[in-house]
Amino acid sequence: MAALTPISRTPVSFYVPVVALTGAFAGLLVGTAQDNSLIGAVLGAALMAAVAFLMTSVIGQEKASRWGLTALMLLAGFAIGGIPGAVIGALFGWFFGWFTFWLFEGRYRARIAPYLTPGQVLWHFAFRVICGAIFVFLITPILVVIPLSFNAENFFTFTPEMLRFDPAGYSLKHYEDFFTNSDWQNALRNSLLIAPVATFLSVSFGTLAAIGLSQPHVPFRRAIMAILISPMIVPLIISAAGMYFFYSRIGLQGTYLGVVLAHAALGIPFVIITVTATLVGFDRSLTRAAANMGANPVTTFFRVQMPLILPGVISGGLFAFITSFDEVVVVLFVGSAGQKTLPWQMFTGLREQISPTILAVATILVVVSIALLTVVELLRRRSERLRGMSPG
Amino acid sequence: MKPLNLLMATTALAIAGGMASAQDMTDEMTIVSWGGAYSNSQQKAYHEPYMEKTGVKIINDESSAEAVAKLRAMNEAGNVTWDVVDVVASDAIRLCDEGLAMEIDPDTQLAAAPDGTSAADDFGDLLVSECFIPQIVYSTAFGYRTDLVGDTPPDDICDVFDTETYPGKRSLEKRPINNMEWALLCDGVAKDDVYDVLATAEGQEQALAKLDTIKDDVIWWSAGADTPQLLADGEVVMGSTYNGRLFSVIEEQKQPVAMLWDAQVFDLDGWIIPAGLSEERKARALDYIMFATDTQRLADQAKYISYGPARASSAPLVGQHAELGIDMAPHMPTDPANAKNTFLYNYEFWADYRDDIDAKFQAWLAK
Repeated sequence: MAALTPISRTPVSFYVPVVALTGAFAGLLVGTAQDNSLIGAVLGAALMAAVAFLMTSVIGQEKASRWGLTALMLLAGFAIGGIPGAVIGALFGWFFGWFTFWLFEGRYRARIAPYLTPGQVLWHFAFRVICGAIFVFLITPILVVIPLSFNAENFFTFTPEMLRFDPAGYSLKHYEDFFTNSDWQNALRNSLLIAPVATFLSVSFGTLAAIGLSQPHVPFRRAIMAILISPMIVPLIISAAGMYFFYSRIGLQGTYLGVVLAHAALGIPFVIITVTATLVGFDRSLTRAAANMGANPVTTFFRVQMPLILPGVISGGLFAFITSFDEVVVVLFVGSAGQKTLPWQMFTGLREQISPTILAVATILVVVSIALLTVVELLRRRSERLRGMSPG
Repeated sequence: MKPLNLLMATTALAIAGGMASAQDMTDEMTIVSWGGAYSNSQQKAYHEPYMEKTGVKIINDESSAEAVAKLRAMNEAGNVTWDVVDVVASDAIRLCDEGLAMEIDPDTQLAAAPDGTSAADDFGDLLVSECFIPQIVYSTAFGYRTDLVGDTPPDDICDVFDTETYPGKRSLEKRPINNMEWALLCDGVAKDDVYDVLATAEGQEQALAKLDTIKDDVIWWSAGADTPQLLADGEVVMGSTYNGRLFSVIEEQKQPVAMLWDAQVFDLDGWIIPAGLSEERKARALDYIMFATDTQRLADQAKYISYGPARASSAPLVGQHAELGIDMAPHMPTDPANAKNTFLYNYEFWADYRDDIDAKFQAWLAK
């Protein structure tokens, strides 16, 4: 994208305080890690203000001073905290070098419309920073789990070896444990046995219900819909306790069938919601056209309606699958030890023995979930493209 | 439509398979225990030999922590799915009182010692309830980080309350039991008087006041695995937990941790059989109990974890750790070197005062 606005250098009174403010924030983080937030913030602000002034007004050469700062911070980081310190230091150095010149040369203004007021420009960037912060907040717990799962020790601890990036601190033994331990393998088998069947039931019933409820002539449509969606709204623990007593009476508690039915009930709302949403865009005259050409309702459904609403059905199915695959509360009640699923095994493992095998499993599940959600997104795009809603 | 038919057929098969395996329950038994290294020791010492001997399939359920609540719910729903349950003695007493556990006759339903001593004599005082078959003696003791306590490692329970000599966090269990006793012991109350003092409102206040002196330095734990994790992290300098967990941290995981055995509190853990089992399941559970609590089996368990066998006749048979090859006797809570100063948990006292003191303790915690 070409520059929208002609840019010019900004005065010292603008960029030095902004860099100092950012430096104070970075210093706050470093200072908090060393148990002294205030000193960290003050030092960070002072240091970064000085560096910014030095780089722009004394040295003046952008390339040289930015590389110089990165190298300097790398060395300083190494002196303080070894290799991890060096990595963090280099990142800080690179960022502050870029940030200083970005402000100093006025480049930040280049890609925004020229008529924006300073307040609007500030909001433009503040908005992005807030979004980034929320993203970091959401993703950090997952990012912490992944390296810990390669721990060579049997604890949830970043060992000194790991922080030094010493290969001896890392191992695949927790993954090995997952693939060789019979408890984990049984749990995986149970999950893989229960989730697909529960998904299939959810998809069949959910799709039928959604199609039925999309007919305008069905009485009490909204009430029926509300009841069908209630498993999503009622607190899980209440559904679980209710199911426990009900299934016990009719002999389903502690059986595969019981767990499958319970999970199917939890998955149906997802399918109903996604399929109802796709049905909104479905042209009813197509079914009349099919009937006109002699197709019976079943043929019409499978040949005409199903292919068109398939993306909704599949994404609903994926949600139902993930619900069953990740579910721990209901299975603790409705299942017995013979139907122990992966989340159940993780739950007891976490409570009774904090072993990083849980983290290895979590990492595998994260990867699987990302793969599934990518499939959903690709399907959604495909369906939009087919219906001509997006040019992509 | 073809793939759909296939899917439907597979589903039908899977469901039929699920129901069939539900009916096969008679060849299986569900044994409930605590999980972790402890379940592992039971698996090796009891379950595997029993499965080999009888062909019965044993399913492990790690639900002992909520055994009382779950057994109540199962009883209410009329659907008891557990066959044998591992619980601590105080839970066994409660379950027995509520009629949720079956009474056992030690003379006919438990194996006699090899020298002919009856089971009742062999277990002796440890048979604290008619429903309870003792399995192990364990203790709640402290472990400390050897690298964080300076040159004078703690050797007295009161060092836990001494935050000047041993600065840093401590982990204590999030319940009054044990903590109140230790607080009184370190507040000048004689060992024999602890429960008399604790029975009075002033005594309870005194114990809480003593705990108050370290409240800011305490991390409260609720699962046995917490203290080992906190110690390994260096997050705490010392912490209480079950001695077998500390053994695992020290000898198996090789962490810089050592034992503070002073004023360790002994407790019992063992089996109960839930009431209301069908005749054939009851027979199988009794058969398992007879096998798993004989002299040799109890001694075998000590090869895998440092808990003392509950039978007097098992003690001489305790040998070496199955994998590490170290002598297990010096790691037992009952070893004379470790048991110089021990504290005996008083079941009757806690049965009577638990609810009251629990409420006060929780109120104090929230303050």
